This record gives sequence, C-alpha cells and structure tokens, in this order.
Amino acid sequence: MAGVGSACLVVGLLTAVYAAAISIYGAVAGNRAAVVSGRRAMYCVAGLALTATVILQAAFLRSDFSYKLVAEGSSTDTPGFYKFTAMWATQDGSLLLWAVLMSLFASAVLYTTRRSLRDIAPWATAVLASIAGFFLLLMVGWENPFETLAVVPAEGVGLNPLLRHPAMMIHPPMLYTGYVGFAVPFAFAIGALIVRQTGADWIRATRRFALIAWTFLGAGIMLGALWSYSELGWGGYWAWDPVENASLMPWLIGTAFIHSIMVQEKRGMLKVWNVSLIVATFALSLMGTFLVRSGILDSIHAFGASTVGRQLLILIGIVLIGSTALIVSRLDDLRSKAKLDTLLSREAFFLANNLVLVALCVVVFWGTFFPLISEALSGEEASVGPPWFNRVTTPLALVLVALAAIGPVVPWRRAGRALLLRSFRLPLTVAAVTLVALLAFTDAADSTLSLVMFVLISLVLSVVFQELWRGTRARQTIAKVAWPRALGQLIGRNRRRYGGYVVHSGIALLFLGVAASSAFQIQRDVRLSPGESFEVGGYEITYDRATAEIGRDAAGTGAPITLGAVLTARRDGEEQVLHPSRNFYPSRSGAAGPIGRFFEGEATSEVAVRWGLRRDLWAAVRPDIADLEPAIREADSRFADSGQDVQAVVVAALVERYRNNSPPANFRAIESPLVSWIWIGGMIVVLGALIAVWPAPETRLRRVTSIYAAKLGKELSRV
Amino acid sequence: MEFALAVVVLAGLVAVVVALPLVRGGGDDTDPVARAELEAAKEAKYREIRDAQLDHEMGKLTDEQFRAVDRELRAEAIAILERVDALDRR
Repeated sequence: MAGVGSACLVVGLLTAVYAAAISIYGAVAGNRAAVVSGRRAMYCVAGLALTATVILQAAFLRSDFSYKLVAEGSSTDTPGFYKFTAMWATQDGSLLLWAVLMSLFASAVLYTTRRSLRDIAPWATAVLASIAGFFLLLMVGWENPFETLAVVPAEGVGLNPLLRHPAMMIHPPMLYTGYVGFAVPFAFAIGALIVRQTGADWIRATRRFALIAWTFLGAGIMLGALWSYSELGWGGYWAWDPVENASLMPWLIGTAFIHSIMVQEKRGMLKVWNVSLIVATFALSLMGTFLVRSGILDSIHAFGASTVGRQLLILIGIVLIGSTALIVSRLDDLRSKAKLDTLLSREAFFLANNLVLVALCVVVFWGTFFPLISEALSGEEASVGPPWFNRVTTPLALVLVALAAIGPVVPWRRAGRALLLRSFRLPLTVAAVTLVALLAFTDAADSTLSLVMFVLISLVLSVVFQELWRGTRARQTIAKVAWPRALGQLIGRNRRRYGGYVVHSGIALLFLGVAASSAFQIQRDVRLSPGESFEVGGYEITYDRATAEIGRDAAGTGAPITLGAVLTARRDGEEQVLHPSRNFYPSRSGAAGPIGRFFEGEATSEVAVRWGLRRDLWAAVRPDIADLEPAIREADSRFADSGQDVQAVVVAALVERYRNNSPPANFRAIESPLVSWIWIGGMIVVLGALIAVWPAPETRLRRVTSIYAAKLGKELSRV
Repeated sequence: MEFALAVVVLAGLVAVVVALPLVRGGGDDTDPVARAELEAAKEAKYREIRDAQLDHEMGKLTDEQFRAVDRELRAEAIAILERVDALDRR
C-alpha cells in the first residue's frame, strides 16, 4: 500500500495546485463554476490526505517495517496506543498530520462559507490550497512518509520513550490543530484584502475557526506542560524552552486577535491591526513548526535535525512579505471611520490588552531567539534562562490580569464615572478583603509579585461573579423565571460574552496556580538508603524499600524493566504512600552487551504525584544500579550466546537482586502549593471556549420571526 | 506499478469530481450566496442589539445612551432586512 500512499500525496499536490489556480481564475473571471470546482478540489485534497493517513496508520498498527518511518518510529513491543500516535513523533508523519488537518479545516470552512463571501472565498480557497500544497510538496519532494526499505528489519527502533505519555501523544495533534486552524482566518483576511472588502464579514465567517484554533493550541500547550510535570522528572511544568515558547507566541497573538476582532465587529475599528495580528499569528504558527523540526535552537523537543527547515523559512518569508505588501497597498481601504471616544471604554481596554499581549510575545520572541541574535552580533552563543523570562513576563502578566478584571465591566463607546464606581464597589471590596486575609493568615507577603497577583485574581473572579449575578437578576426581571433558569438563559442567549467570562475565570485560576507554585514551591534532592527519612515542606518522607518489576510498567509504556521505590509521606498525622519509579528501555545500539542493553538504554521517570487542591506532593526516584554493574558485566560475557529465554531469566534475576538488596537511591521531592489549579483553570478555559463557540440555539427561531422583528424595528426606528 | 496505477485511478476520480461543475456550468445560484451574506449580517446585528439590551438591563448603559445605541442598531438591522426583502422580490 506504500505506493497508494505516495500516489495520494502526488495527486493531492496536483489537486491543491489545481484548486489554487482554478479558484484564482474563477475569482478574476467571475466564473462561479470554476470557483465551485476549486472548492471541490480542496475537498478532494482532504480526502487524499486522509486516505494517506489511514494507510500510514495501518502500517504502524500492524508493525509493517517495510515502511522506513515505521521501522524508525515504532516496534512490535510498542503498546497499541503509542503505535497509533507514533506517526506524529516523526518528521514525515507530522508533515502528513499538518497536511491532513490543514485540508480538513480548509474543507470545513469552505463548506460553511459556500453561500457567503462570494468574492473573498475563492481567494481564501487559493491561499488554503497553496498552504496545503506546500506541505504536500515537502513530503513529495523531501520527506516522503511512504518511503520503503529494501531490506526489511525484523524489529523497529521503537518510539522515543520520553514520548510514551498519553498527554504527550495528544499534545502534538492539539498544537497542530491550533496552528492549522489559524490558517483559516489568515486565508480569509488575505482574500478580504485582495478584493478590498475589509469590513467584518471575513471575521464573522471565520471567528469560530479562530476560536477553535485558539482553544486547541491552548489545550495543546497545557498538555505539554502536564507532560513536563509528570514525565520529565524535573518537577516543573514550564521551562521557557524554545519549542514551548514557539507554541506560546502564536497563542498570545491569537488571544489578542480574538479580542480585537470584537472591536472591528462592533465599531469598525482596528482593521489594520486585526489583519496584522492574524498574519503574525499564522507566521508564528509556521515558526512553531519550524522550531520543532529545524533543530536550530537547543531544545528538549528538537527530535532530530530537519531537511525541510529552509523550505519552512521560505514559506514564513513569503507569508510575511506578501501579507505586509498587501496590507500596505490596502491602507486606504483599511482606514476606520470610527474613532476611540475615550480611554474609559471597552474598545480602549481591548486595545490595551492587545498591546500587553503583543509585548509579552515580543519578550518571549527576544528571549527565545537570543542565542541566535547574540551569535550573529558577537559571534558567541549566549542564552537567557527562565529567571530572565520570569522577571520580564511577570509584570506584563499582572497588567494583563488587571485588564481582564476591568475590561468586562466597562461598556462600549463610553463609561460614566458613576457606573464605574458602582461596578467596582463589590470587586474592590473582595480584593481588599483578600489582601487583608492573605497578609493575616498566610505568608503570601514573602513574594510581593505573587501577593499582587492573588489580589488581582480575586478581582477578576469577583467581577465575573458580579457580571453573572447582575445578568441573572436582569434576566429574572424580564423573563419572570427562577434564578437557575435565568442564569441558563443568560448564558445561552449571550454565549460569546459569558463564554469569554468563563475563560477569564479559568485563566485567573491558572495564574493562581502558576503564581503560588512558582513563589512558594519547596524542593529537596536527597540520596537515601531504605529506612532513612527527609523533610520537604510540611512532609516527612521515608524511603521504605526498593521495587523492581519485569514487564509490569504501571504506565503501560511497554518498558521491560521498572525500578522504583516505596515512600511513605507523613503530614499532620496522615500517611500517604508514593510509588515513584524509573522505566528502563533496552538499548538498540548494539554496543551494549546482551544483558547490559536492558539497563543501558533510555530511561524515563514515572513520577509519583499526590494531587491536591491545596498542594501537590511530587516525588521522583533515580535508582542507583552501580551495585548491579559487576553482575551485569559478568552476565554479558557468560550469556552472550544464550537464547532469549535464558537471557530473560538472567535479567529477571538481576532485577530480583535489586529488589532484595534495596540499595540507596536518589530522590527529588517537591511540595508545590495550588499547582493543581493550573490544570483546573485550563479545563475551565476550554469549557468557556466551548460555550463561546457553540452556535446560539435561537437562530432558527429568529429567522422564522424576522418579518415581525422588522415590523417592530421599523416602528421603533420612527420614535 | 502500484504507484502508477494508483496515480491514474486517483487522478481520474479527482478529475470527475472537480470537472462536474465545469461541465454543468453556472456554479452556485447567486441568490443563496447573497441571502447567506445578508443572513450573517442580520445575525450579527441582532447580536449587537441583544448585547446593548443586556448592558442596559445591567446598568452599564444609561437610558439615554441605550436609546441612542438601540435606535442606531435597529435602523441598521432594518436596512439589512429591506435588502433581504428586495432579494425576495427579485
């Protein structure tokens, strides 16, 4: 089937080229048949990319090592779930994932806009087809995922053990869906610029896609953080790693975009700003893909050097230069008629929020590319570390949270002083009470920035609560219903607004977790023998005994050997048992001996976490197998020619010996306050985004009653 | 051989799908396209009116501010509805 897969890519590429060409012809010549043909061609590209993906996935699932990609990225002992997800752990596979997601998104938006945006849609089709075609070209020309091997190996290399984590395997498709999704508003923005229809039509048609992309990208970033926290064995969730930053940057600018388009929809303002933001968001999305695959910056995520880095850079260049030229040529069309009435208006606060988000992105960009910048300027590669990022981004984050608290209260156009005083009375009271309580009952004052953040978070949450409360009361008065129904109606009728408020709450809780866990985390690194104890935060932790298992990896990653420890943590008279461990994967290099290879391959931490709303207790172990090494060396020489069954018995005996001897081991333990609120906040953000994206239920009803609405409207307009 | 055969078959299928509108000619009916655009504009205007109503009910807009905004938005909504009517009469 590899030939069919390759054929799908080649025909897909030709079809994408056709889709772009016929759509442009249709737009220029005003030929609707050509436009429809172009749209259908895009559906075909999606079908072909999907077929190619199914063929490749089938090869992974049946461990068909005649495919070079399968042989390099999977093995017979890779668990089924990870075989399914191994495709995007490879470069060729992730390019195919880009192409299939891209073409599916493009097809979805072209289908939903098939009866609207008559002038813009053909150009958007051409842009979307070009982008999909570019990724198909990368595979056809340089990185064909269907390349086969002349000599089929008996076993594959296997999936990188670090990637054998559920969050990590869902994380790439989430990120890519986000990256790809932003191509949709980008393409329609370009179409709108070309045909000089710079109103809000293109925004209305693509807003949902932008929000879906933003949600997926955010969820992908969160899953990456969760993977880092629970798999990498260092105890953190965010390291300001270049690839982490590469996904954060388009999310930041995308956040600015989904706020500022509301200003264009409501007031017809910020047109240049909005098209610039979406161009930047999409270019940064491409940059994210480039950084993961190019290996130009040192990163824990850079899984191998790429052969397509230069091509991706060319695409980024075309996107930036072409879009900028187009925007400049359309400045007259983009000029807004409306002006900012006052700084005390919703639109002014949106603008301020945008400026802070862009500033955050600039800071992250500078820090991420500083090694390249310093090398270019001074010849020496230097980098800025997490302390620099934390120092520079924290004040901006505080301003952002403050704006999230103030913005929802302020109305469009102009806010009166009396209204503001009335609206902030409750939230400011809550914030003041929070401040006093924190100073009186906690040690939050030890970190001034965290203290300010906690107070601002209380402001955000109380503003959201007040908005819901007032809205529900108003709804109760109008509809004469009980408050739960009024609340439901309020959210249902204003999903975009209240979905946004739920997102604000989630972000506030996320910042709560970040601020508390960053400032008040306590970490200890110790080496212990069984029976010894140590303290971390309010816990006393005892190393009870060593554990050692063959083929019983609790995380189901397929690791043959798992060495670990049983720890007992005591706090306030309560006991908790923790089982941190370390998985050992056999080396396939051939340099290690037949027995030693089981201990000398890659190893990954399986950390033990006691999750809690108030605090997490996190523990990792690094077993010391030095005592086993003489025995391993001896076994390597004695059993070199033995069969696999005998070697398995020897390995089992060595593992048994580790368990019985219970040697000293190295531990890292962390008490991290409120860190769970990061994940809870992330889930609330997704929930809020779903509310905002979901179509309003009363649309059908309003269509039926439009005649009556018009009559009513006409009568009212005469008043 | 497998590759060449697959290319021919897949290209043939694609050609049929994309050529159909060209052979039939005409493409989409233009009225549904225009109607959908107006419907989208109408939905957006209705949403704005509802937003303003909610702001007024919650005390964010004074009566005077609300009357001005509401009148303006409704006039814009009516203009859209008149365009829909004109489309229907065609």
